[in-house]
Amino acid sequence: MRRPFLALLPLLLLVACRPPEPGGGADQPLATAIQNVGSDTIVNLALAWAETYQTLHPEVRIAVTGGGSGTGIAGLINGTVDIANASRKIKPEERESAEANGITPVEHVIARDAIAVVVHPSNPVDRLTLRQISDIFSGRITNWSEVGGEDRPIVLLSRESNSGTHVYFLEQVVRLGDSDNTTLFSPETLLMPSSEGISAEVRQNPNAIGYDGLGYVTPDQKTIAVARGPGGPFVLPTVESVNDGTYPISRDLYMYTAGEPAGVIADYLAWIRSPEGQRIVGELGFVPLRIDQ
Amino acid sequence: MRERGRGKERAVESFTERLIRATGILVILFLVLIFLFLIQEGGAAFLEIPPGELLQTRWYPNEARFGILPLVLGSLLVTAGAAMVSLPLGLLTAVFVAEVAPRWMREVLKPFIEVLAGIPSVVLGFLGMVAISPLVREFLDAPTGLTALTGSVMLAYMALPTIVSVAEDALDAVPRSYRDAALALGATRWQTIWRVTVPAARSGILTAMMLGIGRAIGETMAVMMVTGNAARMPLTADSFLRPVRTMTATIAAEMGEVARGSTHYHVLFAIGLVLFLVTFLINLIAAWSIFRQRRRHGRLLS
Repeated sequence: MRRPFLALLPLLLLVACRPPEPGGGADQPLATAIQNVGSDTIVNLALAWAETYQTLHPEVRIAVTGGGSGTGIAGLINGTVDIANASRKIKPEERESAEANGITPVEHVIARDAIAVVVHPSNPVDRLTLRQISDIFSGRITNWSEVGGEDRPIVLLSRESNSGTHVYFLEQVVRLGDSDNTTLFSPETLLMPSSEGISAEVRQNPNAIGYDGLGYVTPDQKTIAVARGPGGPFVLPTVESVNDGTYPISRDLYMYTAGEPAGVIADYLAWIRSPEGQRIVGELGFVPLRIDQ
Repeated sequence: MRERGRGKERAVESFTERLIRATGILVILFLVLIFLFLIQEGGAAFLEIPPGELLQTRWYPNEARFGILPLVLGSLLVTAGAAMVSLPLGLLTAVFVAEVAPRWMREVLKPFIEVLAGIPSVVLGFLGMVAISPLVREFLDAPTGLTALTGSVMLAYMALPTIVSVAEDALDAVPRSYRDAALALGATRWQTIWRVTVPAARSGILTAMMLGIGRAIGETMAVMMVTGNAARMPLTADSFLRPVRTMTATIAAEMGEVARGSTHYHVLFAIGLVLFLVTFLINLIAAWSIFRQRRRHGRLLS
């Protein structure tokens, strides 16, 4: 500690590197700001909507943040969030605590999504049934050779348990949609804090199997064709196969508002469900709502 | 005139003294308040769920499975691994810097080691994710590179600067006359270092180690990024090459969206309480060893 200045020098250099403050800042009077928080699955979609909508309506400001479906709904309950994005339906206990705070959450379906099951590109396995996927993620199948692959251990990747994708996958795939089934994810399952964490590990680890929203699957991961039963048909997740219902793991995506939306928020939600808003859904790899609904 | 001047001086002095005493008491007060807050928020967990359930081996809060055992053991495993790497390495580095290295090298090394302590843990976590985890998977044949070992290596790296810096200060504080006496009695330099200097600085070195371990067990971000966060019981022989979930990573990952006042919320605070007690214990041991050293010096001088 005899040379404290020498130790501080690199720190000072770092501070000196700070970019200048962006000019202007508040160049117009405070516009209406919509706080839009929630599901990480939806965050890119919500950002794309917000950007397009703000160029169409410069008087509206939309702040989009991820964090998970639970985070968004918790914010809605606390009154800090105007629109909560959720990749699952609101839980009964969340609705209760919202009503205890004098808030009635209103549900809006805004797009559809498929969950893709992904593996390393070098993995020879390219098709699995729902039951096999369930057995893999609950820890009953632990080696790739049991499902027609190489003799390698299976490394399970999942989103953290606060993610709507995690809950949906548990209910619809691990438990095969059976509400009496109490199977859990295997304790060996790696819980990754982000979608990026899953794709990074799937890209570099030939043992890995993971799942994530279709919009997050990059070309350097291999998508598995999934069948409802052993007889097939094995279907890859695409916009077509989700729309005609042949791909078995798909779901609705939601936005929740505190009470019936009014004013700016109602306009925004109406625009999201319009053909123009739904066109962006398709561009980001999600599945658009049928417009005639 | 002189009397008044002295009176003023005395007033300033007594004011300063009181100020310092107040700050000291305030720090202790904050510590007690944090502890009370943790008990207030986390204590309910022990009433809401029977203690037997907290000691279960399954952590899955979505379905009210609140076994914190895998988390506690996960933290201990990763920290023990980090200690095994960083303690010997830290001590040897400190000995080198303080006793062996020439003066100019020491003047360069010391500040650089201290700068290492300032690298943000996210940066180290990212480094561990892209650089160390593929190495662990390929060369140690682990199913995945996100393992307890990867976490231990990252934590060892983070604890090292603390250990080296504090241990080096302790070695530096050993009076010159000790070394001179040993050399005069015919001891070699090696004997002087291991039989005289290091034992004389023993308590300071122990403090350095305790602080390093304290840093390792409380670290969150880097651990969350590289250990895989699987809440498995790390009891098998290959546990170092398997993922683990630590207490800190669990709190960080789950506190964000937990409903306030729910059982899950209380259990997360209870985990915080456990963590607080463990670090407090480690610091207590460190403080006690300093205290003991002072007493010993007192005896030597009298």
